[in-house]
Amino acid sequence: MPSQPVDFANDLKADFNADFAAQYDLEIKHAPDAGGHFGQFGGRFAAETLMQPLQEIEDAFFAAWADPAFHAERLDLLKNYVGRQTPLYHAKHLSAEAGGAQIYLKREDLNHTGAHKVNNTIGQALLARRMGKRKVIAETGAGQHGVATATVAAMFNMECAIYMGREDIRRQAPNVFRMKLLGAEVIPVDSGTATLKDAVNEALRVWVANCEDTYYIFGTAAGPHPFPLMVRQFHTVIGQEARAQCLAQAGRLPDVAVACVGGGSNAIGLLHPFYDDRDVRLVAVEAGGHGLKSGAHAASLAVGKPGILHGSLSYLLEDAEGQVQGTHSISAGLDYPGVGPELAAMLEAGRLQLDAATDDEALAALQLLTRCEGIIPALESSHAIAAGLRMAAEMTPDQIVLINLSGRGDKDMGTVFELLGDQIDGSVQDGGAA
Amino acid sequence: MSSSRLNALFERCRSEDRSAVIGYLTAGDPNPELSRELLLTLAAQCDLLEIGMPFSDPMADGPVIQAASERALAAGTHIDDVFALTRDVRAAHPELGIVLMGYANVPYAMGFEQFAERAQAAGVDGVLLVDIPPEEGAICDAVLRAHQLDRILLLSPTSPDARIALAGEHGSGFIYYVSLTGITGADMGDIAEIHDKVAHIQAATEMPVCVGFGIKTAAQAAEVARFADGVVVGSHFVTTVAMADDPVAALQEAAADIATAVHQARGGDAG
Ligand SMILES: Cc1ncc(COP(=O)(O)O)c(C=O)c1O
Repeated sequence: MPSQPVDFANDLKADFNADFAAQYDLEIKHAPDAGGHFGQFGGRFAAETLMQPLQEIEDAFFAAWADPAFHAERLDLLKNYVGRQTPLYHAKHLSAEAGGAQIYLKREDLNHTGAHKVNNTIGQALLARRMGKRKVIAETGAGQHGVATATVAAMFNMECAIYMGREDIRRQAPNVFRMKLLGAEVIPVDSGTATLKDAVNEALRVWVANCEDTYYIFGTAAGPHPFPLMVRQFHTVIGQEARAQCLAQAGRLPDVAVACVGGGSNAIGLLHPFYDDRDVRLVAVEAGGHGLKSGAHAASLAVGKPGILHGSLSYLLEDAEGQVQGTHSISAGLDYPGVGPELAAMLEAGRLQLDAATDDEALAALQLLTRCEGIIPALESSHAIAAGLRMAAEMTPDQIVLINLSGRGDKDMGTVFELLGDQIDGSVQDGGAA
Repeated sequence: MSSSRLNALFERCRSEDRSAVIGYLTAGDPNPELSRELLLTLAAQCDLLEIGMPFSDPMADGPVIQAASERALAAGTHIDDVFALTRDVRAAHPELGIVLMGYANVPYAMGFEQFAERAQAAGVDGVLLVDIPPEEGAICDAVLRAHQLDRILLLSPTSPDARIALAGEHGSGFIYYVSLTGITGADMGDIAEIHDKVAHIQAATEMPVCVGFGIKTAAQAAEVARFADGVVVGSHFVTTVAMADDPVAALQEAAADIATAVHQARGGDAG
C-alpha cells in the first residue's frame, strides 16, 4: 500500500517527466523461469524461514512493476533526485592514449551518491514502502551500496542498519562516516573473512529474525530470486540510456560494452539492454588481484565453478570440498567470491566474454583516466577502464568501446594514498600537501 | 517411505508416549579427535543425532554454531572426517537415528551422487540441507531417495499452509519445525504459539514433527516434549562443550539433563 498514491497520468501531463519516462523500456526481457532460474543458474536456495518473505517481495515486485504509479515515482526520483540521465562521454584523450578505438564512458559516477548503486536502492526502497516496512537493512563492501541505502532511507524516513566487514570498514572509512552522517547504523562484521560475503551472511541472519517489519535491500544482481531479476530491472536504465546516447552521438552501436563485476549489478545494468544486439560484444571484467594464477583474486566466473551461496546457484570461488574461499582485490566492491546467476548463464550461453584486470592494472588505469580526462574513477570501475583500454588498443579508430564508469573514486583516496602517496607527493616538490 | 531406522525410533517413542531426544553437534569441533568422543557421549543420551557438516558460510546459524564451524575447519576437519566420525558413531549405536545437517554447497561440490553413496555407507538415515527448500529439490531428491536417505525438510513460523503441504509432499523422515523466526541459538519463541503451529502441522502431515532452534534448558525441553514428536537441542550443547574445562564430562551432564527432562515430560508434573 503506497503511502502517497501518485496519479501517473496527471503527473506526466503536469510536468516535464513525460519525455524522460518515455525513453525507458519497461518490458521484462529474458526473464528467468518462475523459480528464478536463468538456465541452470539462480533459483531460491534459501532457508525455509526466508521462503515466504522472499515470495512476498517477488509478488510485490511484479505488482509494482506493472503499476504505472510505481514507475512515475521511481523515474521522477531517478531524474530529479539522482540526476539521471547520466552523460555518455566521448573520452577523446583516453582514446588517444589507447591508440585504437573510440572510448565512451557511461558516467554513473555522476549519480547522486557517486555510483550506480542508487538506481537499485531507489527502486527497492519504494518497494519496501509499498510493502509497509519501516526498517531497511543492507550489506555493503565498498560502502557505495551502504551509502546509497542510507541515503534513500534518510529520504524515505526509514530506519536503516548497514552490515559491513571489519576489513572493509578500514578500507572505506569515508563511506562509513557518510552512512553514519545519513543516520544509518553501521554494524561491523567480524566473522569469516570480515569482508562482503560475511556482511551478506550477517544481513541474512538479521533479516530472518526481523522480516516482519524489515526489508533487506540487496545490493547486487545476485542472491535468491527475485533479487537478481529485480536488481537487473532497476539498473537497466544504464544500458538503455547508453544505447540511445551512443546511437545519437556516434550514429551507431558500440562494438564492445565493458563493465566490472563484483556481484554483477553495474555489469548486467549496462550489458543487458544490448543482449539482443548480437554484433555488440559484451565483456565482464573481474578483479584479477595479484593475477589469476596467484590464487589472490576475485575472478569467480573465470576461475570458479558452479556452487551454491547466498541463495543462488552460480559460479563460486571455493576449495575442492565446497568451502568458500577468501578473495582478494584492491577494490572492496569486487572482493566477493560469487557472482550473479544471469551473468553465469550468459557466459554459458556464449553471450558474455570475460576479462580481468589486476590490482596494478586498475591502479594504473585510475591514474591514467585521472590525468588525461580529469575524472577520478572508483577502483572497481578502474578495472573496466583497464580492460577497455587494452581492447581499444587492438581496435581501429572507427570502432567504439563503451565502458561503464560505475562510480567515482573519492571513497578510494585513502587506499590510493597508501599505495601512491609518496610517489605523488614526491613529484609535487613543494606542492603544499604534507 | 522413511528410513526404517527413523521410523522405528519414532514408533518406539510413540509407544513409550514420549518425545524423541535429538542432539546436535558440529563434526570436528573443536578438532576431529575430541569430536569423536563428544559425538559418542551425546549419542548415548539421544534417540537421534544430528551431525553438522562444517561450512565456511553458515548463514542460518547464530554465533555459537558459526564459531563451531570455524573451529572445526581451522582444526582441519574435512568431509572425509565427517564421514569417518559418522561411521564410528554408527558402529557404536546401531539403533540411533543419524541425520547429516548442513548447507547445500558441501554436497553440491562433491556431487550429490557420491555424497549420498558415502552417507549411506557411513550409516546415515537422513539429510537436512538448510538452504535447499522443496522448490530446489530437483538437484538432490531423487539421488537421496535412491540411497534410502530421508530428506528432512524444515518448516517455520512463517510457513503458510501451502508450504506445509509442500514439505509433506517432498519431505520424509520427520519435519523439523524451527521454533522461531531467526537463527540457531536465539531465544525460544512463545510456547503457546509453538504448540499451536506444531499441532497444526501434525494434523496436516503423517510425519513426526520435531522442534528445534532456541531450546536451551531442561525446562524448555520438557515444555516442548509435551506435544512435539522430538526435541532438538544444539547450540546449548555446543556452548557447554566450548565453555567447559572437561568438555566430555560437561556434555555428559548437560545431555543427561535434557534427556531426563524429555523422558519425564509427559509423566505428570515433571518440569
Ligand atoms: C563503483 C562500484 N562499481 C562496481 C561495484 C561492484 O558491484 P556490482 O558488480 O554489483 O556492480 C561496486 C560495489 O560496491 C561499486 O561501488
